[in-house]
Amino acid sequence: MSHVKMKVNGRDVSASVEGRTLLSSYLRDLLGMTGTHVGCDTSQCGACVVLVNGQAIKSCTAFAADLDGAEVTTVEGMANPDGSLGRIQQAFQDYHGLQCGFCTPGMVMSTAALLAENPKPTEEEVRHYLEGNICRCTGYQNIVRAVMAASGQDAGALAAE
Amino acid sequence: MHNFEFVKPSTLADAVAALGDGEAQPLSGGQTLIPSMKARLNAPGLLVSLTGIAELKGVCREGDMLVIGAATTHATVAADAAADFPGLAALAGQIGDHAVRNRGTVGGSLANNNPSACYPAAALGTGATIVTNAREIAADDYFQGMFTTALEEGEIITSIRFPIPQKAAYAKFLQPAPRFALTVVVVAQYASGVRVAVTGASEGGVFRWAEAEAALSAKFDADAIAGLSHSSDGMISDLHGTPEYRAHLVRVMTQRAVRAAL
Amino acid sequence: MPKDDGIGASTKRREDVRFLTGNGRYTDDINLRGQSYVHFLRSDVAHGRINGIDTATAAAMPGVLKIFTAADFAAAGGIPCGWQVTDRFGKPMQEPKHPILADGKVRHVGDPIAAVVAETYEQARDAAEAIELDIEELEPVIDMVAALAPDAPKVHDDLASNLCYDWGFVEENREAVNAAFESAAHVVSLELTNNRLVANPMEPRVAVGDYDPWGDNHTLYTTSQTPHVIRLLMGAFVLNIPEHKLRVVAPDVGGGFGSKIYHYAEEAFCTYAAKVLKRPVKWTSSRSEAFISDAHGRDHKTKIELALDGDHNFLAIRTDTYANMGAYLSTFAPSIPTWLHGTLMAGNYKTPLIYVNVKAVFTNTVPVDAYRGAGRPEATFQLERLVDKAARELGVDPVELRRKNFIKADQFPYQTPVAVVYDTGNYDATLDKMLELADYANFDARVAESKARGKLRGFGIAHYIEACGIAPSNLVGQLGARAGLYESASVRVNATGSISVYTGSHSHGQGHETTFAQVVADMIGVDATSIEIHHGDTSNTPMGMGTYGSRSLAVGGSAIVKATNKIIDKAKKIAAHLLEAAPEDIELKDGKFSVAGTDKSVDWTGVTLAAYVPHNYPLEDLEPGLEETAFYDPSNFTYPSGAYGCEIELDPETGKIDILRFIAADDFGNIVNPMIVEGQVHGGLAQGIGQALMENCVYDDQGQLLSGSFMDYAMPRADDVRGFTVDHSCITPCTHNPLGVKGCGEAGAIGSPPAVVNAAIDALHRAGHSHISHIDMPLTPSRVWAAMNS
Repeated sequence: MSHVKMKVNGRDVSASVEGRTLLSSYLRDLLGMTGTHVGCDTSQCGACVVLVNGQAIKSCTAFAADLDGAEVTTVEGMANPDGSLGRIQQAFQDYHGLQCGFCTPGMVMSTAALLAENPKPTEEEVRHYLEGNICRCTGYQNIVRAVMAASGQDAGALAAE
Repeated sequence: MHNFEFVKPSTLADAVAALGDGEAQPLSGGQTLIPSMKARLNAPGLLVSLTGIAELKGVCREGDMLVIGAATTHATVAADAAADFPGLAALAGQIGDHAVRNRGTVGGSLANNNPSACYPAAALGTGATIVTNAREIAADDYFQGMFTTALEEGEIITSIRFPIPQKAAYAKFLQPAPRFALTVVVVAQYASGVRVAVTGASEGGVFRWAEAEAALSAKFDADAIAGLSHSSDGMISDLHGTPEYRAHLVRVMTQRAVRAAL
Repeated sequence: MPKDDGIGASTKRREDVRFLTGNGRYTDDINLRGQSYVHFLRSDVAHGRINGIDTATAAAMPGVLKIFTAADFAAAGGIPCGWQVTDRFGKPMQEPKHPILADGKVRHVGDPIAAVVAETYEQARDAAEAIELDIEELEPVIDMVAALAPDAPKVHDDLASNLCYDWGFVEENREAVNAAFESAAHVVSLELTNNRLVANPMEPRVAVGDYDPWGDNHTLYTTSQTPHVIRLLMGAFVLNIPEHKLRVVAPDVGGGFGSKIYHYAEEAFCTYAAKVLKRPVKWTSSRSEAFISDAHGRDHKTKIELALDGDHNFLAIRTDTYANMGAYLSTFAPSIPTWLHGTLMAGNYKTPLIYVNVKAVFTNTVPVDAYRGAGRPEATFQLERLVDKAARELGVDPVELRRKNFIKADQFPYQTPVAVVYDTGNYDATLDKMLELADYANFDARVAESKARGKLRGFGIAHYIEACGIAPSNLVGQLGARAGLYESASVRVNATGSISVYTGSHSHGQGHETTFAQVVADMIGVDATSIEIHHGDTSNTPMGMGTYGSRSLAVGGSAIVKATNKIIDKAKKIAAHLLEAAPEDIELKDGKFSVAGTDKSVDWTGVTLAAYVPHNYPLEDLEPGLEETAFYDPSNFTYPSGAYGCEIELDPETGKIDILRFIAADDFGNIVNPMIVEGQVHGGLAQGIGQALMENCVYDDQGQLLSGSFMDYAMPRADDVRGFTVDHSCITPCTHNPLGVKGCGEAGAIGSPPAVVNAAIDALHRAGHSHISHIDMPLTPSRVWAAMNS
């Protein structure tokens, strides 16, 4: 067991972990932050995406012990300071970019990473960037609309609509 | 997964020392290793993280070589190689997805030598040199069949030296489930000739396509190989493609890579 | 113009706030004090005899609490099947036992053999590896046709064969149909498979069992679409726990698509083991485990034939289908290829004679049950592929052949030859709307544009009819259902006027908390934010049949309407007393009760407060309080229909198909929340396009699952599906439910696969590949390229 400290959503946290403790388990099981979800075991679905030191990673495919000292942002940290929905979250609600909500944490975090890299992505860039996040409910169209809206662009102007 | 001891050395020397333990395995980005440990297909007693070793990271140009530290992530290669070797940057920028690219490393990919990974084609297609803590290995000697390399037990890749080509490009045809390569072709033109490397297609892992290299060395044009066809012998047969289909894709993707390079 | 939160408004979903902030509560988010963890040791062979299970070493490993095998469940019942199909000779189907843990034999890869409960999940898994199994491998049966050979190995030794049933429908029409084919001017036939699929909701299944010795009470938290059904089946048939001692909670559930309807062994195990161990027992499926333990979908092999007269009128349809049941009968499995499939074979057409034969077969594979659409996609795919093939063979326009044979708008209600009566519809209208939105008139120009780029463009049309909103209980009872299929609702108006609605429907992505509140808000005229929708907990909701088959609004919503009408009736009586008027003179509008023709009124909260503080109240005539329950049993199915158009581009070098546009013109009757309806169609389209182009669940001949993870089972991603245009402006309201609504959840998945395949065949034929009459789904690049080069 080793002691791993992180800053999660601006809060200092620490917990004892085994070597095999994944970041997703550190968040969910040790910190009780269940907003981050685990939808597969082959690093494909992206429900577990969080930001580590500003970069999106799959928290189910990184060991907590390897991330000692990291700054982590999860979906719980995406609301405005007053608790209202943040810009990306609000766009997902406005454009019905979620149904069952299970993939949503990863979608929101991937969107945050995308817009940090590329503030005005094209539809094609959005679709390509989200290739590592599987949604089974929405057919993605409303997710793409939400991302476009979150970037301040016209969400209604998707190709061939 | 089975439990293990975890160490994160900050120098190469410490990492090499830690890997002297027979139960030890190096951990780079972990994007392949961790899923295989979850499936209990791999159970190291000790994992030696290479992610804290500064000397294994970074992209730098040395004359006509681009030298990339083994623990450099795909995302960093995609960004930092773009000016000197855009073809390689493009390849790195298409591996996995954005979250995988922020963890996965070039050294990890080459050490694993997955038959559907992209980097083996880049290394073989450019005639790169795989530099380890012990020696330098030419790409032509390094790849020894799927999941098999010339690396010895405990040997760590430290950097890869990619000769910068005059022109290069790659073409990727996706296996739609994990979005790995169903067939990927890297084409690179040097003063000495053209190299063509193919991954994803063969049961033997990454390979060079000699006939295409000869034809393209004579004339670097997609039409130069229009009449060539690769044999389907030894090509992978699975849910996603027959050997005949993969053999066909080898030619199609080679032509597309050439067109992209021009 | 609808109010912001009334019927017809695209009200934003209230449940989104918790999902977007990480405050959803899914089953895996529930952790109970003292919780233990179970890992199931599952068979890695498809068929084998269990000669021995040695758990001694494993039981002594760190953290192990107990290892269970079949012997621990000797007193328990098996997992029951909820539908008994009668075969065409009048005999009941063959129904095998389905033990909680494999008893004597393993019958598919993934069949649970032993369950290890330990302090941690990893300890349970470590110990499972130390269990010594002595399993004698037996030859498996994987192929459905081979499984019916007289000398085939039997999945169940105590059954006569691997044939579950041989079903004929309508059996009395068999000879008449054959005669129609004998004398037909044209006969068109097609053999096809409907590929096996895995539902793969993004949340894997989870079960947490808990036992409270204080009151001898059991609680199961589970990822279910149907918590009450689980309580009934598991309590009454498996564990012998009466309903009042068993609570089943399905909290936030991350998608279902059918795969979370059924009662699974893991649920019964966790409930039972919690009592044995006096500790909560939790099971969380990994995705890899889900692939070998969740019920799969589809998996039909069919030959379909169409007889036409000289004027191209459809005369008769005849089909022969093999339907895979897998190794055991999942809860609704027998009904899918029969009553949810045969009854849809008329489609949108006035074909007078239809005969459907289905042979359901046991194989050494995971059980197969309903997946989004369930039987209706299989019917639609056959029919719409065949009509397209007929048009091609006859040299007529596929649009015109469809129109010619459509049931026309003035022919409703329409009695089909396959039992069901369509109440309403207007198929020409949806077809016209689709063609207009698709700019079909200018399609040829787009073909030329693609051709200039070396690509092949194609347009595919499919029409569908769906029977959903299942179902009249007395009818399905005659057809073999072992449950009623009504829905219930309770509406509790609180003293200060807020409203708590309890529904037996279950939302796992459909947005019921928003839409059901819109319905009640609209009826009473109060703000929707004062209404809360509760679902998913058998301890506080009335009996429910759950959510599947596009039934929640049509059946569950109707129950809410019925209960709300009872509330309004009573509230009017209270208002009449307060206003000193006759109840029949009271009008309710915008949350205010007034006496017709006067300015006398009392607002909603004046009435609700009077109901709970009955100082001035007609106590001699009326009970205090304001709470009503209603059960709604539909008198017919609802019949959504629509026209789908798919435009694709095919790369002739690689065989890869790209979706360019997909137009869905649906008739869902009245719409409560257009935004949510559109989202439901999008999701269905993505799953249907996934089936058509990518998804395939494949076993090898030894019964090993080749597509056992997301590494080999191709899920559609954001850049695989695109260009959806969804229209629901063609409305023929349902005639028999109070909202005039039809179902919308499955339509996209039903209508889209044939549209995609028809588009691919169209592209190939336009490019001269006229020898290709069909390619089986999924149309992977490798398959398309092989067809082009055959």
